[in-house]
Amino acid sequence: MEAQLQELKTQALDKITAASTVKELNDVRVAYLGKKGPITDLLKGMGKLPAEERPKMGALVNVVREEVTTQLEGRMVILEEEAINQKLQSETIDITLPGRPVKTGNPHPLTRVVEEIEDLFISMGYEVAEGPEVEKDYYNFEALNLPKGHPARDMQDSFYITEDILLRTHTSPVQARTMEAKGGEPIKIICPGKVYRRDSDDATHSHQFTQIEGLVIGEDIRMSDLKGTLSVFAKKMFGDDREIRLRPSFFPFTEPSVEMDISCFKCGGSGCNVCKKTGWIEILGAGMVHPNVLEMAGYDSKRLTGFAFGMGPERIAMLKYGVEDIRHFYTNDVRFLSQFQRTEL
Amino acid sequence: MLVSINWLKDYVNTQQLPPAELGEKITRSGIEVDAVIDRSHGMTNIVVGYVESCVKHPEADKLSICQVNVGEETTQIICGAPNIAAGQKVIVARPGAKLPGDIKIKKAKLRGEESHGMICSLQELGIEGKLVPKAYAEGIYVLPEDAETGSDVLTNFDLNDTVLELGLTPNRADAMSMIGVAYEVGAILSEEVKLPEISYKEASDTAASMLTLNVDAPEANPLYVAKVVRNIKVQESPMWLQQRLMSAGVRPHNNVVDVTNYILMEYGQPLHAFDYDLLETGNITVRHAKEGEMITTLDDAERKLSGHQLVITNGEKPVAIAGVMGGADSEVSEATTTVVIESAYFESGSVRQTSKDHGLRSDASSRYEKGVDPNRVIPAAERAAQLLSELAGGEVLAGSVVFDELNKEEKIVKVSPDFINSRLGMKISFEDMWDILNRLKFNTEAANGQLVISVPTRRQDIQIPEDVIEEIARLYGYDEIPATLPEAETTPGGLTPYQAKRRIVRSLLEGAGLLQATTYSLTSEKSAKQFALEETETTRLLMPMSEERSILRQSLLPHLLESVTYNTARRMDSVALYETGSVFLKGDDELLNEQEHLAVAITGLWLDNSWQGEKKPVDFFVLKGIVETLGTKLGVQLTFERGQMDDLHPGRTAFIMLDGHRIGVIGQLHPSEQKERDLKTTVVMELNLALLLNIETAALLYTPVPRYPSMSRDVALVLSKIVEAGTIETVIRNAGGKLLKDVRVFDLYEGDKMEEGKKSVAFSLTYFDPEKTLTDEEVINAHEKVLAALTEVGAELRS
Ligand SMILES: [Zn+2]
Repeated sequence: MEAQLQELKTQALDKITAASTVKELNDVRVAYLGKKGPITDLLKGMGKLPAEERPKMGALVNVVREEVTTQLEGRMVILEEEAINQKLQSETIDITLPGRPVKTGNPHPLTRVVEEIEDLFISMGYEVAEGPEVEKDYYNFEALNLPKGHPARDMQDSFYITEDILLRTHTSPVQARTMEAKGGEPIKIICPGKVYRRDSDDATHSHQFTQIEGLVIGEDIRMSDLKGTLSVFAKKMFGDDREIRLRPSFFPFTEPSVEMDISCFKCGGSGCNVCKKTGWIEILGAGMVHPNVLEMAGYDSKRLTGFAFGMGPERIAMLKYGVEDIRHFYTNDVRFLSQFQRTEL
Repeated sequence: MLVSINWLKDYVNTQQLPPAELGEKITRSGIEVDAVIDRSHGMTNIVVGYVESCVKHPEADKLSICQVNVGEETTQIICGAPNIAAGQKVIVARPGAKLPGDIKIKKAKLRGEESHGMICSLQELGIEGKLVPKAYAEGIYVLPEDAETGSDVLTNFDLNDTVLELGLTPNRADAMSMIGVAYEVGAILSEEVKLPEISYKEASDTAASMLTLNVDAPEANPLYVAKVVRNIKVQESPMWLQQRLMSAGVRPHNNVVDVTNYILMEYGQPLHAFDYDLLETGNITVRHAKEGEMITTLDDAERKLSGHQLVITNGEKPVAIAGVMGGADSEVSEATTTVVIESAYFESGSVRQTSKDHGLRSDASSRYEKGVDPNRVIPAAERAAQLLSELAGGEVLAGSVVFDELNKEEKIVKVSPDFINSRLGMKISFEDMWDILNRLKFNTEAANGQLVISVPTRRQDIQIPEDVIEEIARLYGYDEIPATLPEAETTPGGLTPYQAKRRIVRSLLEGAGLLQATTYSLTSEKSAKQFALEETETTRLLMPMSEERSILRQSLLPHLLESVTYNTARRMDSVALYETGSVFLKGDDELLNEQEHLAVAITGLWLDNSWQGEKKPVDFFVLKGIVETLGTKLGVQLTFERGQMDDLHPGRTAFIMLDGHRIGVIGQLHPSEQKERDLKTTVVMELNLALLLNIETAALLYTPVPRYPSMSRDVALVLSKIVEAGTIETVIRNAGGKLLKDVRVFDLYEGDKMEEGKKSVAFSLTYFDPEKTLTDEEVINAHEKVLAALTEVGAELRS
């Protein structure tokens, strides 16, 4: 019987080693250790042995059984791991295939520029003011020191709807309205919006375009404050090493009036095609609010002074992004629009 | 304004500054120099030639063989100009010469004949064709007989010159003359200004003996001066005068006209010359035109006059439109022997209106419109008399015929140095201010700590202390202004709730995959009302530039759809755009009712065609989902009501409702509209964004996260196809009681396994009690009520 047991053990261990899958190994388990297996049979057959041999045989059977079990479990760990590895291997994907696209749109480039400017001035304590695009001649011109027949009205041929109503030619009427509404109190606003002029559309002209203007009114506002504010704007918008320069100019609603150039952000001032070899790029017009404008809105121009500035987001976008034709902003070609997706920070 | 530097030097020392440097100084101190134009264009080797003989080329009809004395030799040149003739002094480009446009002259053979150079037209010297005197416009230019053979043309005729092109702002009318520019340059460079010295001999007869003057409109014409010059010989002007006019962009005509134009450029004072004999009456009367009166102007146009327009008449009929253009009947010609020179002050508004009425803008009218210097009217007339006597051999009659009620006094502006510095944020010394005012030639006195400034009448733009501040600052240098920030209390700043919510809408739509578009507000009659949410009249521009852009839009969709078609026509089949912008409706006010709208248009695939094989064309529900999410984000309850709108699919259109009000529309384009616009299935939406954003949303308070589980029950119903899921949902919600928390459609089947006219809709119902765990019994009770209600409305339960 002992020999029989040894024989069984050898057989079982051989089969364990030979088993190459979890299933085969499980079959071995059932075949040798199962309720109908030979080892169980042997245990059942012990009844026939003399009583004094039984404990010894019993112990022997258990030893064999344990050894087979241990071997089997050891083998099982290896085979299971192999099985998992094989499964994972079969699940391999082609990671070079493209990912599922996340569909995202983006703002119009002009919105992008306008909001950047809005946020910059908001951080300096400005509020955003808006007003109607169809405007009264009074707010568009007269309240801004441009009475009927003023020669500067030629500068901006307008779309009139009636004698007294027109499509605003600049966002300045929002300033006039805000001043009127504030009733003599200090103001710090920027006014973005669409404006309209009688221009034929071409690469550099558009009958509809956008403007963003700023207005600050308070006690002792000086021209140096205008220069400092514009300098902060230029650096934030176009880079820390930008310098600004003011040139005298003329606007009916400011006195003195200036135009602001920034040092070219492409060449740094040495001259290139962006700055037309001058090293400077004209960015905006500005000035100290004309006393007539203040007085007309009910401000005491002896007590309160102010500055105003205005710029064209189209021009800024064209300079910043290298856009060569203003009509791109109004054609809405998705191949153009979708380029303004990524951040520049 | 074109300013020849050589000419400018007659009046002011330019300190031999290189032209670009002078231009930069002018720009930095206030008048923008748009261009610096070298009139020599780098030309070399161009000399005066004398045509000794000129014969037809035997081989070519249009060519002449000329023997030309060029000083050091006589050489053969072939010339193709029709006006070439022996005995002429001409402009010769010698072999080796350089002409504008990178042209180099070489010896050449033309049809077998040698040509040693080229006889030039003025155009070939870089002068614009429209400036070349008419006689030479089609051929070579013929120089005066006294031009020295062999001498350098560039030096002799002042082409070694640079012209500064000034971009003048409307306030700087003073710089519309050479003398005005000289004052500006004098102020910049601290130089004196030399005015022309006027002297001429007068005849013993007086002007008044030949001419009488009446001014019947003294407000519009407060000053009129006329001089009479007789025995003049009308002919070509001398070269220097022609050259100066051409440098200023004026075409030479004859000495009389050229003198008036020269003085216009020199003084900024328009002059007009009448042929005295053609005036017929020896009288000039200035009056307003009679309604309907006619005049033929110098440009040969017959013009009808109106009562508000000022005219110069001979006492009977108009001979000129005052300040705008002369009449053809009294035009100076070669036959003229006596001229009347007019120098006048016409009120700017009157000239502006008249020139606008006739669509006529001339060098004269543009100066009158901006206001001429009252103190230059009379000197300009004297200067004309001088030049006509010098250049046309004229005899100037003594005195002038004058009407003068014009105020020529200087404006006094008082300003204190402290005020100037406080407004600028600077510390300019009194001495520096004093110096600048002197450089400007403003007579200034100091009194009681104030600067008392007499502003010369040429500077009509200086009216108030702030104008003086600008003068001082610009000449002191804007670079010297320090950079500071306002010292006032800082304010918080920020967006209004409306503006903040608009940004939220934008980022939601962009997150959903839409690109922001911007289209034009002006549209055509046809597109103005398409997809409009409200029925109102359209608003038309008084003077549109085109029919396409003549009406204010009432909806955003037409242009947005044009943008979609623009893209699909370029093979971008899937397009998803949105726009926010104003639409313009007739309002109660005289201003329009301007509403901010939001529009969306989507076509093509919503889910892109990926390698996973999934693709989903856009449909109504894609867009409806976006609108619903928008409502959720803004905290408003948007509902949808079946509706109809022209050009939308009749079965696939709904109105977007807010509190029972129609605020927008959503739908698929009508197939015929899709075809019209060359689009495949396209869904659109437009709503009144202003209404949506103006709703104040309630404060956000969290609802406790459920502590007890919810239970769900599904029901599948067979319904008649015409019954809408929304109706059934309402039935369920009404019957479900307070335990029913949510109802969702999770399946819809309309396939062939269904009976004709039927569909199957499956709902998932969620029951929940926030206070405790629901028992089966409670759920069964509630659910039974729902099922009963469903049966009652004819819904058939599907097992
Ligand atoms: Zn550059």
